[in-house]
Amino acid sequence: MMSEITLTVHHQVGLHARPAALFVQTAKQFHCEIKVTHGEKEANAKSILSVLALGAEQGAVITIRAEGEDADQALAALKALVESDFGERE
Amino acid sequence: MNTLRGIAASQGIAIGPAFRFRQVDLRFERYTVEDPAAEWARLQAALETARQQLADVYARAEAGSGARQAAIFQAQALMLEDPELLEMARTSIEGQHTNAEAALSDAAETYARMLEALDDDYLRARAADVRDVATRVLRLLLGVAASPTAGLTTPSIILARDLTPSDTVLLDKSLVLGFCTAEGGATSHTAILARSLGLPAIVGAGPGILEIPEGATLVLDGSDGTLLVEPDEEVVTRYRARQTVAATVVSQARLRAHEPAVTQDGHRVEVVANIGNVEGAQTALEAGAEGVGLLRTEFLYLERTHLPDEEEQYRAYRAIVDVFGDLPVILRTLDIGGDKELPYLDLPQEMNPFLGLRAIRLCLARPELFKPQLRAALRAGVERNLKVMFPMVATVAEVRAARAVLEECRAELRAEGQPTAGEMEIGIMVEVPAAALMADHLAAEVDFFSIGTNDLSQYTLAADRTNAQVASLASGFHPAVLRLVRDVIAAAHARGRWVGLCGELAGEPLAIPILLGLGLDEFSMNPPAIPLAKQIIRALTLDTAREVAQAALELDSPEAVQALVRERVPVADVG
Repeated sequence: MMSEITLTVHHQVGLHARPAALFVQTAKQFHCEIKVTHGEKEANAKSILSVLALGAEQGAVITIRAEGEDADQALAALKALVESDFGERE
Repeated sequence: MNTLRGIAASQGIAIGPAFRFRQVDLRFERYTVEDPAAEWARLQAALETARQQLADVYARAEAGSGARQAAIFQAQALMLEDPELLEMARTSIEGQHTNAEAALSDAAETYARMLEALDDDYLRARAADVRDVATRVLRLLLGVAASPTAGLTTPSIILARDLTPSDTVLLDKSLVLGFCTAEGGATSHTAILARSLGLPAIVGAGPGILEIPEGATLVLDGSDGTLLVEPDEEVVTRYRARQTVAATVVSQARLRAHEPAVTQDGHRVEVVANIGNVEGAQTALEAGAEGVGLLRTEFLYLERTHLPDEEEQYRAYRAIVDVFGDLPVILRTLDIGGDKELPYLDLPQEMNPFLGLRAIRLCLARPELFKPQLRAALRAGVERNLKVMFPMVATVAEVRAARAVLEECRAELRAEGQPTAGEMEIGIMVEVPAAALMADHLAAEVDFFSIGTNDLSQYTLAADRTNAQVASLASGFHPAVLRLVRDVIAAAHARGRWVGLCGELAGEPLAIPILLGLGLDEFSMNPPAIPLAKQIIRALTLDTAREVAQAALELDSPEAVQALVRERVPVADVG
């Protein structure tokens, strides 16, 4: 099973620092393989270093692709995280 | 005997052996392994140990030095188990039969370079974290000392080029008698750490200290910045005697920490604390603080990604004033500028941030920054003794403008039906020479002054306190600074206003007799300095203090001023 979503990162620091750590920690809770792309760069969503190296700043459009049995749940969790501004939006 | 000099960073005398805090040599051979599976297992064992070490330092950092350092180690822990990094190392070991040291180091270096190439300061700084993680694993693979402090088994004086937060978290503080660093200024991490631990320290002593043999006997005088290497028996005996006298005064001081500071002839002054968060509030109260003379509010703004809103600020301030009940708490409004990286503020880079758009200037230019803070303060002050002061005021117009914004906030809150503090005293920091010289006019505009001698010294002597080469010029003991302090106090008293002082000078034993003699009403300092400051005040009469102050104002150098106080007020010579 493979699914994909495209989101905009609204958080002020982008996918760096605490948001990046939360993103990776969330991805790690799932068994499926998860890739994030930003422009021409692709990252393993469970790797903090490759997620940081995407350099996704505020306003960046990212595409998340998941493959595996819990792919839909993983995408839903990551979407909720990004859209809540990483838990900082009330 | 060899004498070295640096910047006096934390008062007190330390006598003991030298211990060199050094980065270990982590050079390694690159070779082909015969059994890649065994090599991968060796790397995994090292990674596992590194994980345990990081969990341990994380716990220690969280318990000891706070969330900021802890966050660094948490990010490093994520890197240590990064699947891409480990996959790169595994491929290299299994594919090319590379040894574990080279495989891990290459993989970490690839990511460090990738991060460094990005156009973002935060990400570039993470490159150092990747390398730090790799270093930790390399140490384990190479079997070199577990940390730069291995071998520190007896209480010693720590010598280092400079110490970073991740270095100091490694130190077992019970084995540290004092610090001496080759680099750094009075506001360096080492200096701040030493003061918070109550340990003597010298910073910026020059590279010569790194030549001192390990184990050499040292005498470190953190009050005047002198480091003696292998001193004569007689010299050591003299310093030990001073240490003993100081210890007696200090233990007396501790016993009486919670009593007021009243001179022999019945003159009482307030001794209060400089704090920067709610934990500091508790420490201050335990140290005997009679309130807070300086509540720094920057903690709410630094190390984060968005501006703290009014509600968050209100809760933080209220938590602090609640610790003090009816005792006074003086909140200083935001004191930052272009030298601080606040991504959400987008402050322009300035050639000279200490002469730039900072503190009250920035707040007046950015009401969206200023107003939530003032509204939060007005709400937090309800039925509490909260006062507000504005930093870096240079002109009367700034005070009027700031007060106008405050009144606007009060009117808005009332219109919204929110309770606000009734009578709230408003003051300013006097730290710009122009404000000191115009104190008579400024006194008409405010309820009190708080003299910020750290900035007043550096602005008066045109010397950056963070630049080791000129920092010693910016001494608060300089008669130029003391004369300004005298004039500010006189101008305020002529108008019936009270004056506090919240620079480092207020907690300097040798400065206390002078400040008392100049008529200072409130002494605000780091909590550990409070008991001793009170004890020195108790040992004096106001007349003696006045005579010492008068004489000090006539001298021509900070050294002469300190020598005078040492001679006239032996009890203050306890550093």
